[in-house]
Amino acid sequence: MKERFADVIVIGGGPSGMAAASYCRKEGVGAVLLVEREGALGGILPQCIHPGFGLLELNEDLTGPEFADRLEGQVHDLGVKVLLDRFTKKLGYEGDRGISVECISPSGLEVLKAPCLIYSTGCRERHAFEIGIVGDRPSGVFTAGTAQSLMDIYGLLPGKEIVVVGSGDVGLIMSRRFAIEGAHVKAVVEILPYSGGLTRNIAQCLEDFEIPLLLSHAVLEIRGRRRVESAVIIEVDGKQAPISGTEREIKCDTVVVAAGLVPEVGLLEKAGAKIDPATGGPVVNEFLETSLPGVFACGNVLVVNDLVDHAVEQGRLCAGSVKSTLDGSLRRPTSWKRSVPGEGTRFVIPHLISGERDTTFYTRVRTPMEDCRLLLKELSKEVRITGAKPSEMIRLSLKGELLSKVRADLTFEVQS
Amino acid sequence: MAKRGLTCTVCPLGCKIEVEMSDGTIFNVKGNVCDRGLSYAKEECTSPKRVLTTLVRVKGGILPITSVKTTKPIPKELVREAQATLSKISIEAPVEVGDLVLRNVLNTGADVVVTRHTPRPSERSLAQY
Repeated sequence: MKERFADVIVIGGGPSGMAAASYCRKEGVGAVLLVEREGALGGILPQCIHPGFGLLELNEDLTGPEFADRLEGQVHDLGVKVLLDRFTKKLGYEGDRGISVECISPSGLEVLKAPCLIYSTGCRERHAFEIGIVGDRPSGVFTAGTAQSLMDIYGLLPGKEIVVVGSGDVGLIMSRRFAIEGAHVKAVVEILPYSGGLTRNIAQCLEDFEIPLLLSHAVLEIRGRRRVESAVIIEVDGKQAPISGTEREIKCDTVVVAAGLVPEVGLLEKAGAKIDPATGGPVVNEFLETSLPGVFACGNVLVVNDLVDHAVEQGRLCAGSVKSTLDGSLRRPTSWKRSVPGEGTRFVIPHLISGERDTTFYTRVRTPMEDCRLLLKELSKEVRITGAKPSEMIRLSLKGELLSKVRADLTFEVQS
Repeated sequence: MAKRGLTCTVCPLGCKIEVEMSDGTIFNVKGNVCDRGLSYAKEECTSPKRVLTTLVRVKGGILPITSVKTTKPIPKELVREAQATLSKISIEAPVEVGDLVLRNVLNTGADVVVTRHTPRPSERSLAQY
């Protein structure tokens, strides 16, 4: 069994992991190990061939693979040690004695040891059974990411007559990709009364290609013997309950499920880290440190981001925290203050703050709201927001000076 | 005077823009927070353009295709034709990000470049490790 020692281990070579690893090197951390399950770095980016990446971080409009290429260049230029084809199977947390990661490599079991760890494993996709789609089990049912990888990495069009389930950004962008490559997208079916995607994506993905968006609809059943032959859809009421009598059958050969992402917290949870049920990711403090000291989290495993730029920003913050952990300058307060979701918001990241440092917060509203305001009542502070949607993350940076006035809780409320 | 509602696609903010126009002439644009939104709205109402991202075949690479994009937006009505043109093109591995695939596609003034590097199988270990 091979052992490797480092100052920090980064699990997951997607955008936030690549950013975290290279910024660790930039901060002067000695040995940085970046561990990736696939045979190449990039995470989900290489298959996201559409533009829209890097507008905030690089002030450039890049495609996913181009953005990944930039990050990968930094990883190699800055001397990060990259370990590909590694499946991590166990995270051992031994407090002051450090962290060990067991992984399966092409040449057998390997154990990696370091005093710090950055967890950037991203998400998995929610599949058809998780959203209550029943019926036959023919070929032709894919999650959006699988369909995307088939089409945009391997060059195989998954189908010709497609029904997309879910109108989040992934569903919208995939609909456009299918349309460009010559498939017919018959409908995008959304159970909510509004789309779960960025406004600009509804415009440029659906309207451009005249793809119908069926709001307040659900797929009830998939029919087909060997291959998908149709999807039965039904209207739902305000409580997402099916309205009987509204069923109709759409002929199609493919159903693509784009029904959201689930953070891959498995190893972290088993190692004892606290999980926030609202995000599905770990509970973190302002250093993006989990409840296991020395273990940090960034990217989609922390919170599902709608912009890669935010994932990179979180990776950079983790790198700074690792550096100050290693040189002993990381100051945790004797007691943490809590940032908590209030009326209208679903979660707040980070969960714990010292009230001493400038901190960037991320939150999402529960339902779409036109002109509204974000209210921090403990600070008597108000921020006006023109149109908030659950799909559009609200990012707010607050000064330590202001945060020092927080006594116990800082509540994030959004009111119209 | 006709009013047209648009969603700005320049950045993730997605401003709701309202354009007042008559006979193809724009009289008023409101709702945009920046100048990029203003030029987007004007262009969208007179001659809408899109960046096309699609795929081309690669011979001798680790994968049979690579991703490409137009270097600038092309007229919206030419998107499908440009894709059809590119679907017939095959390039030789290795390819790097930025490699030219096609100059001046359909006389739009936009070039088509590679967006994902695709090495030959033998080069993979060098490229990736």
